[in-house]
Order: sequence, then structure tokens, then C-alpha cells
Amino acid sequence: MRVIEAEKIKDVVSRLFIEANTILRDDVLEALKDVLKKEKNKMAKDILSAIIKNASIAKKEGLAICQDTGLPVVFLEIGQDLKIMGDLYRAIQEGVKQGYKRGYLRNSIVEPILRKTPRFDPAVIYTEMIKCDRLKITVLPKGFGCENKTKLKMFNPTASIEEIKKFIIDTVREAGPDACPPFVVGVGIGGTADYACFLAKKALLKKISNSKFQIPNSQIFKLERELLKEINKLNIGPMGLGGGTTVLGVNILTYPTHIAGLPVAVNISCHALRTATIFL
Amino acid sequence: MLKLNTPLKEEEILKLKIGQYVLLTGKIYTLRDQAHKRIFETIKGGEALPFDLKNQVIYYCGPTPHPKGKIIGSCGPTTASRMDKFTNLLLKAGLKGMIGKGRRSEEIIKAIKKYKAVYFLTYAGCGALLSKYVRKKIPIAYLDLGPEAIYQLEVRDFPLIVAVDIEGRDIYGKKRW
Repeated sequence: MRVIEAEKIKDVVSRLFIEANTILRDDVLEALKDVLKKEKNKMAKDILSAIIKNASIAKKEGLAICQDTGLPVVFLEIGQDLKIMGDLYRAIQEGVKQGYKRGYLRNSIVEPILRKTPRFDPAVIYTEMIKCDRLKITVLPKGFGCENKTKLKMFNPTASIEEIKKFIIDTVREAGPDACPPFVVGVGIGGTADYACFLAKKALLKKISNSKFQIPNSQIFKLERELLKEINKLNIGPMGLGGGTTVLGVNILTYPTHIAGLPVAVNISCHALRTATIFL
Repeated sequence: MLKLNTPLKEEEILKLKIGQYVLLTGKIYTLRDQAHKRIFETIKGGEALPFDLKNQVIYYCGPTPHPKGKIIGSCGPTTASRMDKFTNLLLKAGLKGMIGKGRRSEEIIKAIKKYKAVYFLTYAGCGALLSKYVRKKIPIAYLDLGPEAIYQLEVRDFPLIVAVDIEGRDIYGKKRW
């Protein structure tokens, strides 16, 4: 049986949060450069250039891409044949604290009612078991300008795909400039209400759909492409000031659901979609 | 490009039109949700404010801590509309300029016109880039709020876009997409 020390996980999580917060994801940066070439609106071009320049300064100087270094979210995929020595969740929370402190990231976390003494932790942790002896850790520092625009709708099971698309598009429309477009839109379809929300967030971890990293085959990929095209016709644009770049990508995850229902959740990410992953 | 200095003068605010690019130099104050709440309560209670709002510019921003050798960390704008419920009273107290991201409510747009003020946008999600325009950072009040404390920032040629001007024109107009 493979063994991992929890203490090692602490350091890994710490490094991942610094990396995610300072180095923009390859596919996101690629998509930004790509849309800059295609964008015709002058102000939109100017803002996209600033976003790309910002990513370059952040990486070079080890500065946070955005001052909202997010609520730390950690996705674990734990191999059932792996033995973890020590306290895994504690190691993660300690890693979060260490990473945020060492990386000069912002202490944005407070008790929900009291709202006093902002701190770095705790992270929200999602755990899934898989059949192997490895551990996959992905961190997502999630900014709240975009998180605030999250929506869930419990559709009738006979709802059409057009109704679902309209809901997703309307959610983006309502998010408008506040959530820092151009967005990456995470969509979760199926499961239960809570599971659809989880899928919508997890969808943000996928490589974004209009980049060269995607494998174009499924129905879902087709739906992603259609939504991407339709949302980009809204003319929201970077900072909501117009242009053809409202979303960089639409990422969908699905799960079987009940015959009586159809949960659909939308979780938007700002243009600074920050994640980092490691396999141990 | 139009250059502007703080504190703002009315004759200069008069020249600003929506969509215009502006470079701002001088002192501005970071002020976000919880600090707004306190300032609001302080004004209501008739007590002295930690800084004089008259002709000043506030920045909806909670920066990251500054790494060693740097003046400030990442320091981009946060969503302005969350402050709308407090803004009227601040404008009444003499505030002239606000920097943030996103649209304002109709009520605040009217108040901006009434109190002869201006609302600017700056590059959203570009906190590392914007840190380059900050020359000095001094803590002013509410340090217990951590990133939501009030800081006086000395900025030079800080890039802005006029979003609501003195005539009450809104860069976002009536559009809701």
C-alpha cells in the first residue's frame, strides 16, 4: 500500500495556492491572447491587453493576479488504495494558511454572521474516492465578485434544451460587469440540487472549451460551443463595456438525475480563473 | 490623455465625460464594505470621521499584503454596487470621486449628479498591474478590518475610465443585455 505523510500534503497545498494565485492557467492565458486577436471593439481590446499584461506582471513579480485571492477551495481525489498518515484535512487547512501567508495573499475569510477578524482559512474541501493509489489535489481560489452571481434552477424534467440554454445565458446577462468578464462559465446539469452546484464549480477545473486543449466529440462539447457563441453575441464584453468577448469558455459537467427533475447550476468565474493541480 | 489631481475640483469634474480615459495623481482612500458601514454609522452618529471626505476620491479596494520590498500588493477594484446603500450620505459629506467596477444604481447616479461628483472604472481583475501606479500606502483607520481597513494611497497616473459623469450620464446606459 502506498503511503503519504499528511505533513507533505501541507507543503504541497501551500505551494499550489501560491502558484494558482500568481500564475494564470495556460489555457486561460491562451484564450485571452486568442480573443484579443479577434476582438474589434477598441475599449475591449485595451482592457484585454491590460488583463494579459497583468498576468505577465503577476507571474514575473510573484504578485497575486487579483487582490481577491478568493475563498480557498480544494478538490481531492483520493485513491482508495492509498494510506494517508496523519490528519489530512488539518494538513490542508494548515497548508492554506501557510500558502496565503507566504504568498502575501489576502485574508478574506470571516465568520458569516459576525464578520470579524478576516483570516486565511478554512478552505472548502471536496473529497471524492477513486480506484487507484494516488492522490490528486486541485486548488481553486474562488473570487467572490463572480461567486456572488451563482444560480441554481430546478427545471421540470420535460424542459427543453432551449429553456436550459436560456437560463444559462440569462445568468451570464445578470452577472454583467460585476463578475469581471470575460468569464469562464461552469455549468452542472443533473444529480441533486447540491450536486449540480458542485458540478458547476468542478466544471471550472476543465480546460476551457474554445482552446486547443479540448477534444471535440460529445453532445456536451456541442452545447458548450453553442452557448459560447450565443453568449458572445450579448455584447457585454470586458468590464461590461461592449465587444464580442463576454466568455472565454463554457464548461459543462453532467450527472444522471431523477425522472421527476432536472437541476441546472451555473457557477461563473471571472477572467482570472485560477487553479493548480498535482498528482501525488 | 486627460490628467487629473486629487483633491478634485468642481471645474475639473465638469470637464469629464463618460468613456473618457483619465490618469489620476494624488491621494485616494481605500474603502470597501465594512469600512463603508462604519463611516456611514459615524456620520449618522454625528461623530468625527477618520479622514475628511471633502473633495476626496475613494477606491473600492481591499489590497493583498505587500511583499517585501514592495509598496503594495495586488490592488484592483471591487464591485461598486455593493456600496450603493451607503453612497448617498458620503456624497452629502463632500465626497467627489469613486473608483470601482460595475454599474451603479439609478439612485446613486442621480446623487452623483446632485452632488456634482464622478464615478470611475479601473481595470477589473488587474491588481498586479494597478499596483505599479501606487507610490505610497498609509494605514488610516479600522485596522482590525484587515484588508477592509482604510488606507491612504498615493497614486501617480492611475488609469481610469469615466463611468458616471456630473451630468448623470452612465457609461452602461440603460442596457441590461
